[in-house]
Amino acid sequence: MIALGQFLEVLIGGLMSGVLYSLVALGFVLIFKASGVFNFAQGAMVLLAGLALVRALDLLVANGFPLWAAIVLGIGFSAVIMATTAWLIERFVIGPLVNQDGLTLFMSTIGVTFVIEGAAEMIFGSDVYPLRLFPTDAWFVLEGLFPGGILVNKLDVWGALIAGILVAGLALFFQRTKTGRALRAVADDHLAAHSVGIPISWIWFVVWLAAGLVALVAATVWGTKLGVQFSITFLALKALPVLIIGGLTSIPGAIAGGLIVGAGEKIAEVYLGPSIGGGIEYWFAYVLALAVLLVRPQGLFGERIIERV
Amino acid sequence: MPSIARNALILAAVMSGAVVSAPASAQNEQFIPILSYRTGPYAVNGAPYANGVIDYYNLINERDGGINDVKILIEECETGYATDKGVECYERLKSKGPTGAAFINPLSTGITFALTEKTAADKIPIITMGYGRADSKNGAVFPYNFPMLGTYWSAADIAIQHVAKELGGFDKLKGKKISLLYHDSPYGKEPIPMLQVLAQKYGFEFTPIPVTHPGVEQKSQWLAIRQNRPDYVLVWGWGVMNSTAVKEAAAVAYPREKMIGVWWSGAEPDVTPAGDQAIGYKSLMLQHGAGRFPVHADIEKYVYAKGKGSTEPGKVGEVLYNRGIVNAMLGVEGIRKAQEKFGQKPLTGEQVRWGLENLNLSEARIKELGFEGMLKPIRISCSDHEGTRDGRVQQWDGKSWKIISDWYTADEALIDPLVREVSMKYAADKKIQPRECSKES
Repeated sequence: MIALGQFLEVLIGGLMSGVLYSLVALGFVLIFKASGVFNFAQGAMVLLAGLALVRALDLLVANGFPLWAAIVLGIGFSAVIMATTAWLIERFVIGPLVNQDGLTLFMSTIGVTFVIEGAAEMIFGSDVYPLRLFPTDAWFVLEGLFPGGILVNKLDVWGALIAGILVAGLALFFQRTKTGRALRAVADDHLAAHSVGIPISWIWFVVWLAAGLVALVAATVWGTKLGVQFSITFLALKALPVLIIGGLTSIPGAIAGGLIVGAGEKIAEVYLGPSIGGGIEYWFAYVLALAVLLVRPQGLFGERIIERV
Repeated sequence: MPSIARNALILAAVMSGAVVSAPASAQNEQFIPILSYRTGPYAVNGAPYANGVIDYYNLINERDGGINDVKILIEECETGYATDKGVECYERLKSKGPTGAAFINPLSTGITFALTEKTAADKIPIITMGYGRADSKNGAVFPYNFPMLGTYWSAADIAIQHVAKELGGFDKLKGKKISLLYHDSPYGKEPIPMLQVLAQKYGFEFTPIPVTHPGVEQKSQWLAIRQNRPDYVLVWGWGVMNSTAVKEAAAVAYPREKMIGVWWSGAEPDVTPAGDQAIGYKSLMLQHGAGRFPVHADIEKYVYAKGKGSTEPGKVGEVLYNRGIVNAMLGVEGIRKAQEKFGQKPLTGEQVRWGLENLNLSEARIKELGFEGMLKPIRISCSDHEGTRDGRVQQWDGKSWKIISDWYTADEALIDPLVREVSMKYAADKKIQPRECSKES
């Protein structure tokens, strides 16, 4: 019974962690789905959004603003920063590269990553900035059934709730709105979409803004978990296997991929790790991703691309 | 946000590899390179340390006109805590200045491992105060390595001494479970051989638990700790890994009072992100802790009052800032000692090595330097490049670090056989003929 309780605890903890990875992965999916660009800068955008939020929050609280007002204004300020970033990226990076191949666009986002990381630390500082928007303690459930109960972290539950709301909102946006359909058309073919009157610049600005806002949401959760600091950018590496497994074009896939990666890596670390030296969870997630690539290259939920040759 | 302009200037200067101090090399200048990291995942710890180092060199120049009138010339190079960049910085800077680099201080055990052979070949001392290779205490085999004030093997022994004291004696260690949560890197792995020796001697169950760089995700490690319920968890982390460990410990309700970090896991950035969850967390002290001492008054008077400070005045006196000034002071005093033998002029790395090896800072000299209360006397010798192996334990109370123990001295009788064994194996592997320390002067 103890072993079962421990396994359930690791499984639930892993699934919850996976949802937090999905929050970052969603930003990748959003931009790829809407523009065909693999945005390597998503981790840096989480850092930028988090730094803007926490520094504004600290400044407002220090100047006597009530906490609720500081949070609202801080989120507003961060959203403005992300909108400005989206405009700058569209205007100076992605816009001039319209109709270039995917690899060129991908490389440009690597450049954007370093610019955002450097600028964010230069403007907002490189310390660790605590952010406490959600509770971080834990519940111990089923204590009657398992000795010590099963640990469920409250922050993880908040993360899952937020991810659920995001997925529902984004699905509605893509399926039910005119802008969402335009985004999908642009993703399929830039020039064809342009020829039927879809304003590509505007669409790309919207999609980068949406990814920026998703980054802001991820920053609120991860910032509460880690403190807002440079290491948040490493989350991009945690999101990559999630994307490979879930598929680059599927929003539900980002969630499913996150769940698989989270549960898989935690179970591997706890049960397999000790026998092979430990510290395996980072690469084990990529083992899972490679296994999926072998049998389903487009990911479990990705769109199968059929091209006439 | 008043720090924006300062942040921008410092980052721009460092990232461009700009000279921080003197604009051009003159003949009566002693060049000291500074390998630092102000960007990347470890910047939160690297930046305050570098600020302390730079402020101390500036103090020597501004207050004393240099080391016996030999001005210190510095250049900072950003490593990002990456071994490849560290080696690159070393290669770029080692020959600068009229006599080349006086010494190098990489603030990274990984870079230290990569540079150990190079620095010996280039005859440039590598000062690794409180970090680096523990076996390099043996100066007979490692003439250019100086792991001053304490190695990780000393730290491991001090940590276990403190655990034994809390439990009521060394005999109480038998059957206890002690885990090591470590950064999965040369740094984090370094204490493992010593802890294995200690586990065997005292009969406790030792479990090493690696955390992958940079340490943002530790849930599985802490779930394993929750299941295994160790009596103590030693933390050998750096950067984000430390604060994440404290937060995850709180999440699984592991008592912070049972966590003891190494001296690189016991600074302000390691606990403040965790807020009240960090209350009770303990760490070793590399002798000093936070706080202001007479040397800080001089730094304020001669450096900050002239607008030449490297950081916000409020951060002067934090743990890692203080470690930076201690490290810089030891290097400066090594040069001063070497000047006694080789003359008051810019010296080569080989000459500075002699000064470091013959460094003898008495209580009176430490007081004269303004470090009274921060440090105990230190005496380096050919066979002992560590010089002293004393430490204390501090505890975070939610606002500041409080010293909670007397001084501990690491047990040389336990450490030296391991130092000898590992260093002699290194000497055999590298075909190094160890020096005869009894014949060195």
